[in-house]
Amino acid sequence: MTFAQFIYYNSPALIIAIPLLAAFLTLVFGRISSMLRNIWVVLSLVATAIVGLIIAYRVSIEGIIIYTFGVGSPGMAIPVDSGGIPVRILFEIDAMSSFMIITLSIATLAAIIYSIASDAKSTGRDNFYALFLLLTLGGYGIICTGDIFNFFVFFEISSLASAGLIAYRIEKGFAVEAALKYAVISTIAGIMVLIGVAVLYGEYDALNIAMLAQSIHWTFLDKFALVLLLSALLMKCGAVPMHFWTPDSYSLAPGSITAILVVASQVSLYGAFRVIFTLYGVVINAFTFGWIIIILGVLSMVVGVTMAIPQKDVKRLMAYHAISQTGYMLLGVGVGFALLGDKALLDSIGYMAMEGGIFHIINHAMYKGLLFLTAGAIFYRIGTRNLNKMGGLGHNMKYTMIFFVIGALAIAGIPPFNGFASKLMIYESVFLFNPFLAVIAMVVSILTLASFVKVFHSIFMGPKLPEYAHVKEAPPMMLIGMGLLAAGVILFGLFPQQVVDLIVSPAAHALVNQQAYISAVMGGA
Amino acid sequence: MILNFPFITMVLVTIIGLCIILFRKNLLKVIMGISLIESAMNLFIVALDFKEGGIAPIFTLAPLEPGVEPAAAASAMVLPVPQALCLTSIVIAVATGALMLSFAMLIYRKYGTLDISKISRLNG
Amino acid sequence: MRMSKIVTITADLLPPFILAFGLYVIAHGHLTPGGGFQGGAVTATGLLLMIVAYSYKDIAKAIRQDRFKLYESLGLIIVIGVGYIAFLYGATFFTNWLVNTPLPFGTYVPFGPNPGDLNTGGTMPLYNIFVGVEVFCGLTIVVLYMLSGLEEGEGSS
Repeated sequence: MTFAQFIYYNSPALIIAIPLLAAFLTLVFGRISSMLRNIWVVLSLVATAIVGLIIAYRVSIEGIIIYTFGVGSPGMAIPVDSGGIPVRILFEIDAMSSFMIITLSIATLAAIIYSIASDAKSTGRDNFYALFLLLTLGGYGIICTGDIFNFFVFFEISSLASAGLIAYRIEKGFAVEAALKYAVISTIAGIMVLIGVAVLYGEYDALNIAMLAQSIHWTFLDKFALVLLLSALLMKCGAVPMHFWTPDSYSLAPGSITAILVVASQVSLYGAFRVIFTLYGVVINAFTFGWIIIILGVLSMVVGVTMAIPQKDVKRLMAYHAISQTGYMLLGVGVGFALLGDKALLDSIGYMAMEGGIFHIINHAMYKGLLFLTAGAIFYRIGTRNLNKMGGLGHNMKYTMIFFVIGALAIAGIPPFNGFASKLMIYESVFLFNPFLAVIAMVVSILTLASFVKVFHSIFMGPKLPEYAHVKEAPPMMLIGMGLLAAGVILFGLFPQQVVDLIVSPAAHALVNQQAYISAVMGGA
Repeated sequence: MILNFPFITMVLVTIIGLCIILFRKNLLKVIMGISLIESAMNLFIVALDFKEGGIAPIFTLAPLEPGVEPAAAASAMVLPVPQALCLTSIVIAVATGALMLSFAMLIYRKYGTLDISKISRLNG
Repeated sequence: MRMSKIVTITADLLPPFILAFGLYVIAHGHLTPGGGFQGGAVTATGLLLMIVAYSYKDIAKAIRQDRFKLYESLGLIIVIGVGYIAFLYGATFFTNWLVNTPLPFGTYVPFGPNPGDLNTGGTMPLYNIFVGVEVFCGLTIVVLYMLSGLEEGEGSS
């Protein structure tokens, strides 16, 4: 077997194995020299991104991939002497997982290039990069796994790594307070997931998601486990009413880490979708449950944008907007779920709503990441996040201003940027479902635009202030990181139809198709 | 009835832990409450697959007399999967507890107090 | 701050027994209850007993913290490396590649009542030993950092 074939067939294991080895070798290399460590970290994340793209390509050719750990070949999910039960831990990657892999790869590449310059003056950077690699490991693990206890383990790995990273700049204790709140919320969410997993295991004696999905009924214990799992995962992604940790954590983390935290929240949202669509699937009463998700989405949109308006801290304002954009995704996928029982409506409206919600995930990761990176660059140069003290920076930081304008127009849904494409799909389909919801969504979009116009005016417009006369442009590494995300924003905005046909539409169809997921493991039963 | 005792204990300890998290003001006591809930979880997981009259799943203690088949001796053992789940959960609880305790130490050093109503300086 | 006479005499006598028991639990992980994490935690307790009984400053001079961090990282790298070697045999990640080979640890664990053979089990004893090393070093470093923070906190802010 040649080296290229080896990587091709073992790619689901390599996407976990490369960050795992690289995280601990970083601690050894950091003692030798810091330039070696920087190069090693960037190379390993580039390698992981390449393996992720190989997996996405493989899924688009072959369908669902299975990778079993601990046996002679990757496809042997069911041992011969076990009576038809898959006993080993396996990774199951379908089109929705490969979509999330692409999102996470783009965000981590941009963030790592940015963070080489933005944390150059801090101490203990070995630990920072090791925790960064462990956070990406946790994210990839949640996306790829096909075993529900393995899901819990990777969920806890990513929570612990991000709690450690939020407290990285101690800053007179504010960041540590935010990290403590984040750690308490994550631990409680982890305990709730564990209770749900234990209840399901005790009932069906199986930990594999495909096997659970095959044998699940709708008893009282199943409803209990569903409520626990869903509220824990929505707590981790920042939906209202469990959103209180989001402003503190996003505003006090270092700039590059906030971009990754946004994607980590979307990965928890992916976990919630996996539980609803694949694990439970057809046994839930789709219409009532879909309305619950729609109501949570509408609440998130409205609360997020109204609490963002009076904010004075730039990153807190952007964090509230992140909550409201998560509401858009919940609205889109909720409409799709509510129509799951009705085939005709599903084909006409439901798939477009789900594609809009899923497309919004990758768009949000890119433009929100870009906005947080620009806010981090401004903080790096002038040392404050308070809007009242900033002004007139457009004269000094021209490239940062251009990137901020791109991000702000994308989040408000202005063509030709990518926010417009996904929001248009959500508006069209939700209007056919229930016109009142679409009106609320459009009003929220207008308020988002108003909020960002205010921010742009306070930071970049106005006369030159005397205390900022010496401020230079951001360092070139940061500009390369921001440029990567801005290129993605513009590209996805100019060719939305190709992107939807290539990666979003297979993802939406794979999410609805529970039977294909089960029969890939259990063998066509 | 007596087989239900682990589950009743688990619910009682979880309720005590939740009351501690909600009603106590000292940060270290909140962390201790979280640790109590995690211990109750481990008890719940281990008590899940208990067979009455079963033996511990250790290879060298299998009751293999000359007339007994290995499969029958294996089916008299309690299932070993929940024990592996419980071990993973304990390791995660240790790591989380160590992280939160070091955060509590840093907060005491910077803020000078451990009262949770005074720690919330970030608001808005 | 030293503890009373009873505590210091106990801390003089007990650590060799605790360390021996901890290493026994690590090494016999594939035969009896125990394994890497459990044995590593017991071994760390033996060292922490000395730290608690005597003052932190005396023990911190004797333990070199950067060496412990290096051993912790190396232990974990070897564990992941053992998982990687399974790729050379054409199998998937973390496969048990040592069973059915003439190398040491090459046979299956025997079923049924027997005194237990250490030279069995495949890659499991390797994982146990190196995870035990890692947990021992890791827990010691965590407690030493917490104690050093306490000392600093009393002196200044």
